[in-house]
Amino acid sequence: MSEIISEYGMIFLAMACVFGFFMAWGVGANDVANAMGTSVGAGAITIKQAILIAMIFEFAGAYLAGGEVTSTIRSGIIDIEKAGFTDSPELLVYGMLSSLLAAGIWLLVASSRGWPVSTTHSIIGAIVGFAVVGISVDAVVWPQIWRIIASWVVSPMVSGFVAFCIFRSVQKLVLDTDDPFANAKKYVPFYIFLVGFVIAMVTLVKGLRYVGLDLSYNESILIAIGIGLLMSFLGVFMLRSIKELPSRNKASHFASVERVFGVLMIFTACSMAFAHGSNDVANAIGPLAAVNGMVQSGGEFLEQSRLPVWILLLGGGGIVAGLATWGYRVIATIGRNITELTPSRGFAAELAAATTVVLATGTGIPVSTTHCLVGGVLGVGMARGIGALNLGVVGRIFLSWVVTLPVGAVLSILLFFLFKGIFG
Amino acid sequence: MSNSIAALFGRSPIRPIQEHMANAQRCVIILGDFLDACIADDWQKAYELQQEICSAENEADDLKSNVRTNLPKSLLLPVARSDLLELLSIQDRLANRAKDIAGLMLGRKMQIPGELSDSLLKYYKLSLKASGQALRAINELDELLEAGFRGREVELVEELIEELDELENKSDVHQIHLRASLYELEPTLPAVNVMFLYKIIDLIGEIADDSQKVGSRLLILIAH
Repeated sequence: MSEIISEYGMIFLAMACVFGFFMAWGVGANDVANAMGTSVGAGAITIKQAILIAMIFEFAGAYLAGGEVTSTIRSGIIDIEKAGFTDSPELLVYGMLSSLLAAGIWLLVASSRGWPVSTTHSIIGAIVGFAVVGISVDAVVWPQIWRIIASWVVSPMVSGFVAFCIFRSVQKLVLDTDDPFANAKKYVPFYIFLVGFVIAMVTLVKGLRYVGLDLSYNESILIAIGIGLLMSFLGVFMLRSIKELPSRNKASHFASVERVFGVLMIFTACSMAFAHGSNDVANAIGPLAAVNGMVQSGGEFLEQSRLPVWILLLGGGGIVAGLATWGYRVIATIGRNITELTPSRGFAAELAAATTVVLATGTGIPVSTTHCLVGGVLGVGMARGIGALNLGVVGRIFLSWVVTLPVGAVLSILLFFLFKGIFG
Repeated sequence: MSNSIAALFGRSPIRPIQEHMANAQRCVIILGDFLDACIADDWQKAYELQQEICSAENEADDLKSNVRTNLPKSLLLPVARSDLLELLSIQDRLANRAKDIAGLMLGRKMQIPGELSDSLLKYYKLSLKASGQALRAINELDELLEAGFRGREVELVEELIEELDELENKSDVHQIHLRASLYELEPTLPAVNVMFLYKIIDLIGEIADDSQKVGSRLLILIAH
């Protein structure tokens, strides 16, 4: 039992809650907008619907599927034994507090300047920073860090490749046929099935054990197929009301087709929010979970304890607050700027990004949803699907990595020593 | 405040290119009224129409420079950037031809010999049809994008362009007849007038020619 933790435990927890909420607010204000803006831009959903979907599915994603990523952040990056946390567990608490605050501050500064930074990168940079300088270089599980950094390069590429394949299949099966409208109605339910199946599968296999539900692989497959079918039936039902526009004109013909894909995009928007919740939100509240675990146990580090629901509620509440105060404006801005993205193109990008993120979530790797989405959009562009894409963004993103990691690290180191000085 | 997703999307050049072509076509359409006015010897009206052509051509110019400045090399486009710019400059030439014809005819208050006027108007109509066909093909660009520049849409555009080629052929044949008629009239007309009539015949033919070039550029653009 650590004295510092038993003395200041509640203060630490309160601070972690405030910082965690602040961080989640930042995610809601900025990051969620990236995940939802594409659907709004494609005209598939309104801003109000986007906020509603974000509220529900970010929660669901973080709660049902986020466990693996949260646990990576809590205990996968820092080697508890080597860092000596068993002797002085308060160091981990200081570190996690400073990481949260550092990432939150950096996110706020960067967002107000319009720099494309990612929550994931800020938090990883911050944690590695305090661990290396505040404790020791050996405290960091370096193979895990390299794995995470490699995934930041690989995940947008995978997403791009998947988007390319999905969009080519849309071109082949729907757009480049005699009757695109009929074919759209025929194949869209299949894509909806795919959305439901992939998300459900990863969640069932990897996420639910953190909620206390352990299913066998075969059970998971069956349930995932069931959920996929259920969703595609729902899709078929929603598609029934969509009739082809009467005009014989070619342009309006494609407009009818896009309305069919608009229904599909409602589903991909949900999956996007789910994926985002499962990864980005989970890694934002990971440090809070770590502090909570320490305080509750009085200094013992318990591996992979269940994620308390109130932490998720706090995270979810922060996101909603962020959306309500700032995020909806960002969604509106994005929506206005990307009119080029029709539902048939947008869904391919979103489905690819959501799939990639959820798969990364399943393996516990924190990736950036925004970057996967950028990769997905570029993939559609490679399939000659989009009028003009600004490749300069790729350079900007790369630059933001190079800046975010050290800045997050330096901030969290300063805060770490500050907390250490205050609490002893 | 900028954002990486929003910043990812550049301004698509396709709509402006279509607008540019529509403007070029407008120049050619007004040229028809202008020719009528010339034949009717109504130089006041001809002047007004020439001004209209000029302003349409100016609009086309603005659109052109707009597309050019918004097409940096860092854009990922579904088609080659150089092909787009080339297409644009051919379309622009089309608008310029109409302006040149109107300017030349107005400046010299050119009389069209009565024996030639019907044939000349028919000849002009062929060029008009050709540029109209080129506009139709260009207007398929957004559907081409929707279908990823593949398959049926491509076939459709190829058909349109084949028809365009036929129109240009017809215009060539008609040009030979028109020249022959003018040759027969040569002794009765002042030499300078004859010279410029040949020039006008040439220029009107160029409209059909350029329209055809718009079509073939479009084909190159589609072929990946």
